Amino acid sequence: MPNQTIPNYVISADRLTKHYGNFAAVDGISFDVPAGESFGLLGPNGAGKSTTMRMIGGVSQRTSGKLTIMGLDPEQYGPEVRAHLGVVPQQDNLDEELRVRDNLLVYGRYFGLPMSYLKPKADELLEFAQLTDKAKAKVDSLSGGMKRRLTIARSLINEPKILLLDEPTTGLDPQARHILWDRLFRLKESGVTLILTTHYMDEAEQLCDRLVVVDKGQIMAEGSPASLIREHSTREVLELRFGSERNTTVAADLAGIGDRLEPLPDRVLIYTHDGESALEKVTARGLHPITSLVRRSSLEDVFLRLTGRSLVD
Amino acid sequence: MTSQHTGTPDQPAPGQKAAAQPATAQTTTTAPPVPAAHSPKISAERARKFGSWYYAEHALKVMNGYRWTLLAYSVGNPVMYLFAMGVGLATLVDSNSAQSAFGGVSYLAFIAPALLSSATIMAAATEFTYPVMDGFKWRRVYYGPHASPLGVHQIVNGYIIAIAIRLFLMSVIYFGIVALFGASPSAWGSLAILVAVVCGLSFGLPLMAYSASITEDKGQFALVMRFIVTPLFLFSGTFFPLETLPVFLRWIGWISPLWHGTELGRLLTYGYAEPLWLTAIHVLYLVGLALLGWVLARRVYERRLGK
Repeated sequence: MPNQTIPNYVISADRLTKHYGNFAAVDGISFDVPAGESFGLLGPNGAGKSTTMRMIGGVSQRTSGKLTIMGLDPEQYGPEVRAHLGVVPQQDNLDEELRVRDNLLVYGRYFGLPMSYLKPKADELLEFAQLTDKAKAKVDSLSGGMKRRLTIARSLINEPKILLLDEPTTGLDPQARHILWDRLFRLKESGVTLILTTHYMDEAEQLCDRLVVVDKGQIMAEGSPASLIREHSTREVLELRFGSERNTTVAADLAGIGDRLEPLPDRVLIYTHDGESALEKVTARGLHPITSLVRRSSLEDVFLRLTGRSLVD
Repeated sequence: MTSQHTGTPDQPAPGQKAAAQPATAQTTTTAPPVPAAHSPKISAERARKFGSWYYAEHALKVMNGYRWTLLAYSVGNPVMYLFAMGVGLATLVDSNSAQSAFGGVSYLAFIAPALLSSATIMAAATEFTYPVMDGFKWRRVYYGPHASPLGVHQIVNGYIIAIAIRLFLMSVIYFGIVALFGASPSAWGSLAILVAVVCGLSFGLPLMAYSASITEDKGQFALVMRFIVTPLFLFSGTFFPLETLPVFLRWIGWISPLWHGTELGRLLTYGYAEPLWLTAIHVLYLVGLALLGWVLARRVYERRLGK
């Protein structure tokens, strides 16, 4: 934001740290999120994403560093901070003994919202979450995707300006994910600040204006999905599979093709600005991969480059 | 989106289109006008003030889903016990023991306060074990409210309020049935309801703290039932005066909230005579145990949820 003189950050973290015993789950991470931005934390399991989210959500105490949400320290102003937020936790924690609509009503009461507001609001949110016909159903009869949408609906009951989403689509089938992304995109368009963690690069690319790549509790890189790919990867990637036995041994024969070579157990990645011509060079050397694929670089490649590991293991 | 579809230049059957257009227009305009939520500041203020009640509301709503089961239990349980013990067994006991054996009252009047207090203890033993585990581990229901403006202590308080209300209603029914059986001759009898509630909490709240500290279910709750609840039920002066037990077993009664609650109940329902200092000890013990459990439960909950 170059022409923004007064920073208007809804979330501001400065060397935020969280230790469990000797283990640093979050190790001095700093970031600022302006209002209305979709900000992502991308990283593998155990990177410290959820711990960061829990600190932002005002439910976990930090070991050191500074953190403010809407200018308030969550440790001092817990209820005030949490009143600003909508939270979608990694694991659904709906009350399965209550019916779908009652889950929304009961949750709204935690904010002291009156029933005269909650009843029409619950119906509106059920509509938004495409659950209107399930209003009276028991929660445990819902599919995973429906539960997730209900959790998102629940998080919106207080009309929060900031929504925290911890791996919103993990464990969902592709169709359910797309429905969810659509709903989240609408929220983003309506001006809600989204903070989300994910280990899916496509999710990050779809939803995030800006993201940080997190590994071992630290920020490895920061930027928009496109700029991260531009900075840390090439335009295209050539994926070759020579069979699990040969992938690593053949790497030596591929030296010099493309800008960079990444031999993995199941495939060899060649980073290049032109995948097709790289493939021609490979075949010209008399090497015949079982399969070959030219694709655009993704955040997965950025992550691989930065950490030497894949996102989903 | 819908208007784009219907607005395409394709020509459908004229009647169809005419019908479809206003219908879509209507659904978009009649979307219920939802008033805006109050500000986060007001949410936080209200949560700080009434948060415990909000959580109690939730817990009671869940309980309301089981109202018929709970009602059947609350009525069936006393009727069953009072018939078996107070009518069946009592006939035998009353005709074979001296008038003074149970302080000059019928066996039914003697055991009624004990049954009243043991009912709340049994209920507390259920409500403060599995549901607590459910909140932390199985269905993780505590983590929802935990992310809301509510404080951890309010989750604890709210649940206790809800259970206290449940124990109260249950005891009212129980006492009503006891009174119908004519087993509460004293005018102060109905106060035994409150004693029973406090008695249930004095056992339930320390148990709540213990349940909250369990991270893995290895059958601890079944052990609590078998090796704590059952002996307390049997050896707390429930079915016979504690003094009839050999001295080396009487300590079970002394540490048992059930004994303290039962003795207090007897005082109220039929004017059982005991020294004033002992009455004071009963009250202090029950209230003290409940408070201790409450403080511990809040501490364990804070630690576990705030990780």
